[in-house]
Amino acid sequence: MIHSLFLINHTGDIFLEKHWKSVISRSVCDYFFEAKEKAVDPENVPPVLQTPHHYLITIYRGKLFFLSVIQTEVPPLFVIEFLHRVADTFQDYFGECSEVIIKDNVVTVYELLEEMLDNGFPLATESNVLKEMIRPPTILRSVVNTLTGSSNVGDTLPTGQLSNIPWRRAGVKYTNNEAYFDVIEEIDAILDKSGTTVFAEIQGVIEACVRLTGMPDLTLSFMNPRLLDDVSFHPCVRFKRWESERVLSFIPPDGNFTLMTYHVSSQNLVAIPVYVKQNISFFETGNCGRLDITIGPKQTMGKTVEGLMVTVHMPKAVLSTNLTASQGNYTYDLATKVLVWDVGKLNPQKLPNLRGSLSMQAGAPKPEENPSLNIDLKIQQLAISGLKVSRLDMYGEKYKPFKGVKYVTKAGKFQVRT
Amino acid sequence: KYLLGYFSLDQSGGSWFLPSLMLTLIRPTMFPVLRNEDLKEMLESNKESLKLEAMKRVVGLIAKGKNASELFPAVVKNVASKNIELKKLVYVYLVRYAEEQQDLALLSISTFQRALKDPNQFIRASALRVLSSIRVPIIVPIMMLAIKEAAADLSPYVRKTSAHAIQKLFSLDPDQKEQLIEVIEKLLKDKSTLVAGSVVMAFEEVCPDRIDLIHKNYRKLCNLLVDVEEWGQVVIISMLTRYARTQFTSPWKEGAVFDENNEKTFYDSDSEEKKGQIEAKPYIMDPDHRLLLRNTKPLLQSRNTAVVMSVAQLYWHLAPKHEVSIVTKSLVRLLRSHREVQYIVLQNIATMSIQRKGMFEPFMKSFYVRSTDATHIKTLKLEILTNLANEANISTILREFQTYVKSQDKAFAAATIQAIGRCATNISEVTDTCLNGLVLLLSNRDETVVAESVVVIKKLLQTQPTQHSEIIKHMAKLFDNITVPMARASILWLMGEYCERVPKIAPDVLRKMAKTFTIEEDIVKLQTVNLAAKLYLTNSKQTKLLTQYILNLGKYDQNYDIRDRTRFIRQLIVPSEKNGALNKYARRILLAPKPAPVLESAFKDRDRYQLGTLSHSLNIKATGYQELSDWPAVAPDQSVRNVEVIEPVRNLPSSHTSSYLLMYKCFVLWDKFFSKIRTLLWLRFSLSDTIDPVFSL
Repeated sequence: MIHSLFLINHTGDIFLEKHWKSVISRSVCDYFFEAKEKAVDPENVPPVLQTPHHYLITIYRGKLFFLSVIQTEVPPLFVIEFLHRVADTFQDYFGECSEVIIKDNVVTVYELLEEMLDNGFPLATESNVLKEMIRPPTILRSVVNTLTGSSNVGDTLPTGQLSNIPWRRAGVKYTNNEAYFDVIEEIDAILDKSGTTVFAEIQGVIEACVRLTGMPDLTLSFMNPRLLDDVSFHPCVRFKRWESERVLSFIPPDGNFTLMTYHVSSQNLVAIPVYVKQNISFFETGNCGRLDITIGPKQTMGKTVEGLMVTVHMPKAVLSTNLTASQGNYTYDLATKVLVWDVGKLNPQKLPNLRGSLSMQAGAPKPEENPSLNIDLKIQQLAISGLKVSRLDMYGEKYKPFKGVKYVTKAGKFQVRT
Repeated sequence: KYLLGYFSLDQSGGSWFLPSLMLTLIRPTMFPVLRNEDLKEMLESNKESLKLEAMKRVVGLIAKGKNASELFPAVVKNVASKNIELKKLVYVYLVRYAEEQQDLALLSISTFQRALKDPNQFIRASALRVLSSIRVPIIVPIMMLAIKEAAADLSPYVRKTSAHAIQKLFSLDPDQKEQLIEVIEKLLKDKSTLVAGSVVMAFEEVCPDRIDLIHKNYRKLCNLLVDVEEWGQVVIISMLTRYARTQFTSPWKEGAVFDENNEKTFYDSDSEEKKGQIEAKPYIMDPDHRLLLRNTKPLLQSRNTAVVMSVAQLYWHLAPKHEVSIVTKSLVRLLRSHREVQYIVLQNIATMSIQRKGMFEPFMKSFYVRSTDATHIKTLKLEILTNLANEANISTILREFQTYVKSQDKAFAAATIQAIGRCATNISEVTDTCLNGLVLLLSNRDETVVAESVVVIKKLLQTQPTQHSEIIKHMAKLFDNITVPMARASILWLMGEYCERVPKIAPDVLRKMAKTFTIEEDIVKLQTVNLAAKLYLTNSKQTKLLTQYILNLGKYDQNYDIRDRTRFIRQLIVPSEKNGALNKYARRILLAPKPAPVLESAFKDRDRYQLGTLSHSLNIKATGYQELSDWPAVAPDQSVRNVEVIEPVRNLPSSHTSSYLLMYKCFVLWDKFFSKIRTLLWLRFSLSDTIDPVFSL
């Protein structure tokens, strides 16, 4: 399946290569560089490319390209999903997935890649299993290792590999037993010029952090499970129980994991927490334009909107901005033409406003389209869909765990057309 | 010997004994031998920590793609090390360089052979992994033996490793195929979820055509599927899709696939028992077919996008038409995932939405374009929106398109104009609205937008040229300001084609072209010659001299296509004594009514490739692509899958294997006996239900 993997930074240097079958010369990447050249923006490089003898499937994450070389027919999503899993694992192990970090930990990276694929077919991708085989590097451990000569690599088969619950290792012990669930909802919306909703939906995810001793069997139930239109689960969730009783029953992995993601359909009315009054105009003469944006609360269910941020991708012709913000700061990046207005907390009494003039390149034609505004926001202690966890029960273990549920609403792909 | 020579050199370098990574890194790369020499020294030292340090640096070299092959003798000595991390790094090295240093690699084989007998299953497995990854043809028999033994190992993890090793051995020596198939056959019977995915992968690689090996394991695979790891699920589902297409009859009969007559003959040839039910129900799904559909459905909820996609394609290719739509929601959900995932999923939705608008229409808004999407994502969304357009939603879609046309991403704006053109041809109610909208775009400031509009308008006008001389006039006026060659060529073609509708303007355009002919692009020149010829035929009084002037320019053009065309046109239209024959037909040749171009999706007919495959994504048959067969007209014998009568035993603990085997043998005997009676009595039963026939007998 996956023949080789090349890691390439955004300037086009191949800084790591790994082959699972015979070695393939790195010159195969030239076809990719050609496509990259053509695409200008790295995001626009097609993920699947064909070369005379190979197929290249690439993902772009954290300014890095993960390029895999394929020789025969394979479902492209299989490869893409796997490459993202690799990037996730790096992130999990090293805290971030960047060129510097990967170069610093090249041996661990190589050991990981060796375990994750055998002959190009995924072998162990479950983070719990991997962590038993190759322990993540910590400063303490590296000191201990140099002193005692012990290593980061385990010599027994991870228990998870064999059981039918590969995501959990055996013999987990904690002094404080805790289970936390974060219900995070993101609003995806497109609003048009007048503020009417063109499209809106809610995507939710339940992130869990479970540190429980032994083999706990958990059941999480909701007050209003009917709300959930479409769901996907971590493999630990028993689908049959969900089908019949609408409860999540599972033996959790140890540590952090995504329990489920869900979708609240656009048929239900989606509450839009803020409204945006904007006026962006460019003048035919004088090479300038005006910008005036005001944001106010709409349906916030009595909670405060925090972390408000507006991002505008300005047309290429906009040279500089001269704006005043009544609240927060704004920056305008001359190279990327991105205007970022970091508002912070939304005060309903005194609505934040950003206004001023834009100066344009002399002689450039008036931009055809006004740039759209991307809104970022956060509301604590609220799930905008109204989803509520009613209870969490634990079976199979005797102790009493500490349980907690947190709700957050964020803006996902929230766009206002102007 | 020469190594010794370098050794003294290195001594003068002085720092070989320092285990610091930093020093090696900052050393000039001009002396690779020098650098590797200190590594060699470290590898041969007595200290584990030094060896480990050296190995880590060696792996660092491999990762960077640097050559470290000359260290092979020093590294291979450490293959039997007690330190597990050191050993693993040596494995990494071995797998990388064994192919280049075959003789030396053989030194390590005995270590692996010993490890294959280790009581620790993990060590057995990793030994087999490395042994099979060493691509040295001479050890093929050893590998074969190791694989056979490992396939019978008690540990499912080792058996899984042996399934992987099968593929490696096969690619090293395809002559072993027959023996390997035997091992695959054995492993396919394995009941561990751990093994299932890997052995099916081996099956797909080594003998995908041996469908007969699957029969007996079909039901087991279906039942195990939910518990197999994600990657195995993808492979199994795609194999079962292929299998099902060869074993079951089409569930799509109600549609236009079979007409009345066909259906009758089809059932006549089938079992008599079924015949009674035909009147009531024309199609009965094989229970095994149903089993597959039922057991894959929960996997739509998987977090792994590849699994969801594979179930979706399974339903698309196997489920009755009315059941396919259950995959819609899950596919739309995948659009929230990474950009690359979106790309593949959108491609598949684009193919699906051509045939089945209804499936995705309720989710139309999920395909609305955001300004932050990558261009290829935008174009795919546009494609899908166009596919979904119908009389009811066209106004919404067109309103949405109006926003897109203004996009700063000009490639996308151009694609939108194409899309509007397609909507206009597909939905006759809006043709005029679209055409007017496109004409308005002609005064757009951006050149690409104007050019694209011209091209699309040209196509639209061809479908209904009668009432649009106004638009042609408008375009003639714009002609001076348009510089994009394709657009200029399109306008010229329009002028020529409908020159009788604009008799005053067309000659004037030709006059202007005569002035700029030499500096035009090739396609524009070709169309100028074309226009000249057509005008010469319809209006020779005004244009005779102009035409001759242009033909003369063309005659001496640098491009041979233009010279050829000019010569051809001249012979065709200008009467002379040599060419009487064709001249008569010149008018009919040049001014023949031309069929309008069909504006259709680039994804039409993409479903000739199995959805979700690389071939589908590239729209090219990829190496190793396995064609999905058509449904068989008559279902092959269903009883071949019948081994599962002892299915309840499946869940028994392994200590009961002997009783299980006994029962199995009993069943086989009974089955033979039964089939004899059956043939004797000429009775044919549906054997799908495994107990029933016994009673009915």
